[in-house]
Amino acid sequence: MQAWTLVVFLLATMAVAYHLGRKRAIVRAGGASRIKDLHSLPAYYGLYAALWAGLPALLLMGLWVGLQDQILITLVTASLPPEMLEGLSDGRVGLLINDIKNLATGNIVSMDVTPAIQVAAEQYTRLRGIFQWAMWLAVAAVAIGGLSFAWASTEPRMRARNRVEGAVKVMMIVFSSIAILTTLGIVLSVVFESLRFFDQVSPLEFFFGTRWSPQIALRADQVGASGAFGAIPLFTGTLMVSVIAMLVAVPIGLLSAIYLSEYAARRVRALAKPVIEVLAGIPTVVYGFFAALTVAPFIRSLGASLGLDVASESALAAGLVMGIMIIPFVSSLSDDVINAVPQSLRDGSYALGATQSETIRRVILPAALPGIVGGVLLAVSRAIGETMIVVMAAGLAANLTANPLDSVTTVTVQIVTLLTGDQEFDSAKTLAAFALGLTLFLVTLSLNVIALTVVRKYREQYE
Amino acid sequence: MNSEAGEGARPRRTIDVVNASLKRRYAKERRFRRLGATAVALGLAFVVLLFADIILKGYTAFQQTYIQIPVSFPAEAIDPEGTRDPEVIGDANYMAFIREGLRGLFPEVTQRRDKRQLKGLISVGAAQLVRERVLADPSLIGSTQALWILADDDIDMLVKGHIDRHAPEGARRVSDQVIGWVDRLEAQGRVAKRFNTIFFTHGTSREPELAGIAGALMGSFYTLLLTLILSFPIGVGAAIYLEEFAPKNRWTDLIEVNINNLAAVPSIVFGLLGLAVFIGFFGVPRSTPLVAALVLTLMTLPTVIISSRAALKSVPPSIREAALGVGASPLQTQLHHVLPLAMPGMLTGTILGMAQALGETAPLLMIGMIAFIVDIPGGFTDSATVLPVQIFLWADSPERGFVERTSAAIIVLLAFLFVMNLAAVLLRRRFERRW
Amino acid sequence: MSTMAEVIEPTAGTISAADLASSQHSRATVGDVTVADPRMTCRGVDVWYGAKQAIKGVSLDIGKHEVVSMIGPSGCGKSTFLRCLNRMNDTIDGCRVTGSIKLDDVDIYDAGLDPVPLRAQVGMVFQKPNPFPKSIYENIAYGPRIHGLTNNKAELDDLVETSLRKAGLWEEVKDRLDQPGTGLSGGQQQRLCIARTIAVSPEVILMDEPCSALDPIATAIIEELIDELREHYSIAIVTHSMQQAARVSQRTAYFHLGDLIEVGETNDIFTNPKHKLTEDYITGRFG
Repeated sequence: MQAWTLVVFLLATMAVAYHLGRKRAIVRAGGASRIKDLHSLPAYYGLYAALWAGLPALLLMGLWVGLQDQILITLVTASLPPEMLEGLSDGRVGLLINDIKNLATGNIVSMDVTPAIQVAAEQYTRLRGIFQWAMWLAVAAVAIGGLSFAWASTEPRMRARNRVEGAVKVMMIVFSSIAILTTLGIVLSVVFESLRFFDQVSPLEFFFGTRWSPQIALRADQVGASGAFGAIPLFTGTLMVSVIAMLVAVPIGLLSAIYLSEYAARRVRALAKPVIEVLAGIPTVVYGFFAALTVAPFIRSLGASLGLDVASESALAAGLVMGIMIIPFVSSLSDDVINAVPQSLRDGSYALGATQSETIRRVILPAALPGIVGGVLLAVSRAIGETMIVVMAAGLAANLTANPLDSVTTVTVQIVTLLTGDQEFDSAKTLAAFALGLTLFLVTLSLNVIALTVVRKYREQYE
Repeated sequence: MNSEAGEGARPRRTIDVVNASLKRRYAKERRFRRLGATAVALGLAFVVLLFADIILKGYTAFQQTYIQIPVSFPAEAIDPEGTRDPEVIGDANYMAFIREGLRGLFPEVTQRRDKRQLKGLISVGAAQLVRERVLADPSLIGSTQALWILADDDIDMLVKGHIDRHAPEGARRVSDQVIGWVDRLEAQGRVAKRFNTIFFTHGTSREPELAGIAGALMGSFYTLLLTLILSFPIGVGAAIYLEEFAPKNRWTDLIEVNINNLAAVPSIVFGLLGLAVFIGFFGVPRSTPLVAALVLTLMTLPTVIISSRAALKSVPPSIREAALGVGASPLQTQLHHVLPLAMPGMLTGTILGMAQALGETAPLLMIGMIAFIVDIPGGFTDSATVLPVQIFLWADSPERGFVERTSAAIIVLLAFLFVMNLAAVLLRRRFERRW
Repeated sequence: MSTMAEVIEPTAGTISAADLASSQHSRATVGDVTVADPRMTCRGVDVWYGAKQAIKGVSLDIGKHEVVSMIGPSGCGKSTFLRCLNRMNDTIDGCRVTGSIKLDDVDIYDAGLDPVPLRAQVGMVFQKPNPFPKSIYENIAYGPRIHGLTNNKAELDDLVETSLRKAGLWEEVKDRLDQPGTGLSGGQQQRLCIARTIAVSPEVILMDEPCSALDPIATAIIEELIDELREHYSIAIVTHSMQQAARVSQRTAYFHLGDLIEVGETNDIFTNPKHKLTEDYITGRFG
């Protein structure tokens, strides 16, 4: 891969630049004995040169690699015979481009290879080769240019340290801003695709429709026209699984936090707390496996022995296991919150002759309530966004039901189902996943913001 | 209540009332306490149950059934001209030799249908394994060897006792006849379970007995390596800036809010981001460790930044003042004094972030890591899958053999996570300082 | 210090040798630790925090209708001693109490004795006001509710009002009983805590520097209140302020490094201290 060799080349150039810059500074100062005349330590002049040699070149390279594909596609599309593109939707064009790219890289192609496509693929390969070489040359030129500039500007009075530190600071600011860029990227990527989805399906139908069957939209003649995209069954399914999970996690998590922080001997606490927290470190796919292969069959056979009809992928199984997953989340948050309740309140209660449980139930818990509510909200947000357990154990049938023994589907399951496998980027089916993603993002975001505010307020109250 | 009654009368009454209800209150106290103990016990029971379930399901996968079959390698069929040319040797039909040996063990089998069942004893991949063996040691040509041949997954399951022999014949995957043959082979000492090296050296496969986690492990390795390379410097840089240099203004406030919220955004949303931005816009190749690492970096950054900031916070200001006092620049103060002291904490946070990335599945499904890839990836831009996704894919496979292999893959994954968490705990304990 | 203590002979002491048997290296107390009509009697009390001894062989009576103040420099053990009197020390890990403390002739450290009813009889007010994060009404009603002291809502309303009146808070809060107790001013919060304690009708009220977090006006109100409460309750108060001890208490006990150095009528202690350490403290030479 040429990009990697280029990175190695740049790193080597930077190393060379460091040495050259350092030497240059010493020479300009008038030899090793006169280093004191330099404004900064010689190493800073080396770093200065290395930064000039590396940073602009790396930036250019990043831009180039990022944009190359877009430009290539534009060029290749432009060179296609116009009649080929006539009457094609954006998605169809995308598929065509994909085929051209696949043909060029020797992958499997989905449609018949016409000579025009063959030509386009060849052109794609040729252009890419040219682009790669051009990138090499441009990047190397910028690197050498930067190095020369640093070389020329190195002189004893140059404030190399300040400049290097300035550059490092700018880099750190950029790093910190990645968080904002990420949020922005999430918002933009889901919002744009969602808007395209709502072009085809009315938001009213999406948010209030009760029938979900996106597969119909697969038929080419019906794209977006009659596919059922009423997301209510997904919302209720998500809600049901989350409620079951909370019913498991909140009592067990809260009570075990109370027991461990108020009753348990120190040694019991030191042992039990980390063991329960092990549950938090287990990957969700493992819970999914546990739910699908152990808990679901168990509930099914238990139901059968009671004469109940349990779906093989019941909401109950997924919810139970999700609850187990969330126990440590609830318990460690509650533990923090309970420990933040000042000892003076406990003392006040004990001094009135309250027993331990009376103190806990009537003083500590009410005092800790805002914090606990905040923690539970965070847990709910986590349950709603949890994917693997429901993908593996909750099933795909969009049933509008209140029976936890039935199979339900959730928002996250549908996102995964809609987006795995073949993708056309503008079929309503794919876009629906982004609309679901937008909904999920907004709901969890608001839950998080509320929860974090509540928890912060709570902490400030006792600080 | 008459307060003027004075203390003579009232306190008596109080204590009598208190004592009267005391028993009931203590019963409540005990109930509450028992409730708490039950919750803790349940929590612990879930841990035990989960691990027991997976270990019991999975430990058998570390062994694999082999059948000893005398296989002859006739020189005239393999290398008639004696060139020892690997291409010539490799072209021979090794499956035929194995079947020949198998028929030798069961001379009574003549019916075509039975013969097909007999062939079913051994794995379809057995020929390839034998071929590699002969290629490695051409002196085998012309000899007859008693070779341990990889058994089919159904036979493997039968030998491991995962197939109920008492079930009606139609309801199980092996016929009475095959069971008879296997029993006979076992009686002859021709069936053995050996350590399952294939599981650790092969990529995935449609056949459980040929499926291994090597491809997924390498995929995870490349993904994690790149995630580490990206997220550690970025996370530490951002943490230093936000904790030590950032002015208090709206921009940094916005950054703070963003970091805290990103830490709680569902992971699948990051998958959507990766799909739309990295693959859709920047044209990063799908199914590669590269795109997986980019997504996971964005996902783990909040973890790394938050823990790095906590580590920086725990370094007392006196250290900074001392360094600044002898004339170090703010950045030198950070690099020479604060950072080394905060480093264990930062590393701990990074390891935990990496553990999170190693176990993450959902966003990777979005960016094509669920492709069926047999080859073991050799770089950041090769198509690959990762261990948790491999577990997801295997968990979906209907064959009984994949259940134990899925569990075994989970055991391997948990072992890696255990080691990482242990390292984090030890690191924290080793360098924990009280100021 | 120790040489000084040896020079001065105790002038009085009515404790038998048996009472002191359990106590090691304790200094004999100057003055009469007993009263004619005791509510609580402590004999030879030792308190240990792990291996460290915080209280050394302290004997002291708390009489009916009197306020006993305990003074002394920081770390002298006066608060620790106070917390022994309703077994609040039980909540501290590694704390061990020996000797005898009797409430109406019942040993409160008896193995079979339950601290819950004890604390209903011996209430406590803390240094920092610690109202529960509930309404003013619920703060007062908490104690009567858990102990089941009232039979109906009307009785409870009555009890809340009486308690608030006794604490001199009723007029200030009667219109906002449903508002959080934490919203009151510091002095009001402390009176709320006192009212909360009164509501369960204890026999003894322990006060651990109840005014140290308050401004002078709030302090004056609380001191007045203490004087009124004496009519119904026995009160033991730990204070940092000698003036306060002089103002509110009938008897004063001076603690020093875990020892009870001197006990006596408050007037006597402040005008005519018998022990050198007491004199040094009240004349402001240390503390």
